[in-house]
Amino acid sequence: MMKNVINARQLSYSYGHLRGLEDVSFSVQQGDFFIIIGPNGSGKTTLLKCISGILRPRTGRLEILGAAVQAYSRKSLARSIALVPQTAPVDFPFTVTEVVLMGRSPHLGILGVEHQQDLERARQAMDFTGVASLAHRRLDQLSGGERQRVMIARAICQGPRIILLDEPTASLDLAHQVRVMDLMERLRHEKKVTILMSSHDINLAALYGNRLMLLKEGHVVSIGPPAEVLTFQTLEAAYGCPLLVDKSPLGDFQRVTLVPQKFIDPAIKAGIRRP
Amino acid sequence: MESPLLLKRLFRVSVLLLILLIAAVFFGISIGSTGSGISETLTTLFSGPEATDPMRHTIIWQVRFPRVILAILVGAALSLGGLVFQALLRNPLAEPYILGISSGSGIGAIIGILAGLPRFPGVSATAFAGSMGTLLLLFVMSSGQTLLKKDTLLLSGVMVNAFCAALITFLMSITQDSRLHNILFWLMGDLSAADLSQVGIVAIALIPCFVLLFALSNSMNLLLMGRELAQTMGLNIKAATLTLLVATSFMVSLTVSFCGPVGFVGLVMPHVLRLAFGPDHRVLVPACIFGGGAYMVLCDLLARTLPDQGEMPAGVITAMIGVPLFILLLKRSG
Repeated sequence: MMKNVINARQLSYSYGHLRGLEDVSFSVQQGDFFIIIGPNGSGKTTLLKCISGILRPRTGRLEILGAAVQAYSRKSLARSIALVPQTAPVDFPFTVTEVVLMGRSPHLGILGVEHQQDLERARQAMDFTGVASLAHRRLDQLSGGERQRVMIARAICQGPRIILLDEPTASLDLAHQVRVMDLMERLRHEKKVTILMSSHDINLAALYGNRLMLLKEGHVVSIGPPAEVLTFQTLEAAYGCPLLVDKSPLGDFQRVTLVPQKFIDPAIKAGIRRP
Repeated sequence: MESPLLLKRLFRVSVLLLILLIAAVFFGISIGSTGSGISETLTTLFSGPEATDPMRHTIIWQVRFPRVILAILVGAALSLGGLVFQALLRNPLAEPYILGISSGSGIGAIIGILAGLPRFPGVSATAFAGSMGTLLLLFVMSSGQTLLKKDTLLLSGVMVNAFCAALITFLMSITQDSRLHNILFWLMGDLSAADLSQVGIVAIALIPCFVLLFALSNSMNLLLMGRELAQTMGLNIKAATLTLLVATSFMVSLTVSFCGPVGFVGLVMPHVLRLAFGPDHRVLVPACIFGGGAYMVLCDLLARTLPDQGEMPAGVITAMIGVPLFILLLKRSG
């Protein structure tokens, strides 16, 4: 029996009158590549914020590595969970090494004085994500894909058991999307880190995730392996638009295709979309 | 290639800037209207009062020395003020004077002066109340979040400054008072009122703030990564923000109550030092203390020596250097 690293029971969160999450229950097991999908405003980011301790769920129970999230201090939670944000902060001219080293903060004293072994860990993390050659460049002078890999190196350098990623591929071109996703898969296999990611890209989710969760308006629509979650019925219920689901030529993976208005009739005729 | 460890970097930067500061102090106490030469200053400094001209001895130790020390403290406090606000708002253009916080404490200080309170703790307390009031006003105006945007921040600052300027003129108009001339001079930022006991009070109040800010320097680094990411790296964001705001407002109000609102030091120094030493606050906090101190000593020296007769407020010099830099930064970040 695999261990649950995250266990959520009936989580709810609201922004004033706006509902963020409603009765969300799920668990993530050690070594999962768990991907949260769903339309805009479905609660993906809110859920990640609850898990990373930025937001406090209004009701419900959230356990991280067997202990309630409230039982953690900020620092001890930071030693278990790292976050890769959607965009890298580039207002100030930090170098790649400086940003990656900041990941050591939860392990260090108040001044964050880093020692040789911290530098070593930063170097390993930069090697892992392929940004070691950029170590002395400034973050704000890098491309979007490079920045994202720096932010992933920073998360790895934090030494967590779980890494959360908030739509890490949203602003990347195709080559960088694959590179980032491959990196997360290697991280999961080689470093035994559990990956929890939110994504807009259903096809990437189908190719990489071993478990998916589909959210809509703060509710869980479906949860399970990609083949169960990515069906025509669940996707239409969540996204409210016609989608075509078939198998990917790459193997036993779901492939989801958008169906524009002009193709709806032919699609129905072809019998692919059941009316 | 190996990035040097923090302590090594800290040591190098501190030594470099300390040398600069000592040089600035030396010029600050050597040069003035009585024009004593450098060798004469040296003999005055390193020999007893009986060995030198007692007049020169008095000028150096009783007049120039306290003023130079006050300039160091004020320069350090204002540079740190800019550094902290830039980190808190993640906005490189933030600075207590530009945000209107200096004007706010100016109003508080004027009320205190007109009420006949002593500089410390009376005027300092009313100045502190003024700066906290302005901070509150800024946050209400911007509901916290939008201050991160450059234009909102600047507009808020312009409005707060305009309001404060009107209030100050109002206060001065309704109290026709012999203290008026002093206030006008003080309003431009002026260090001439220094005497040793006052300087002692300022030092005792400011130095613990410097230490506190150094202790929070890594928190400021994390803050620059964004509030949310900072939290996920273990920072208690509410406590850090509140401590930084209160400590900085206290430092700024204290300098305002003694020297008036001296502008743009908090813009110039952090930018120059960041350019030279990078954005790590663990290096920038000590750099702002030593470098900001040296900068203020030199600005005050110019203010004392440029006019043929009398002197001008130091705030004139800092504004003449600071405003062009501000415009340059605004254009570049546009």
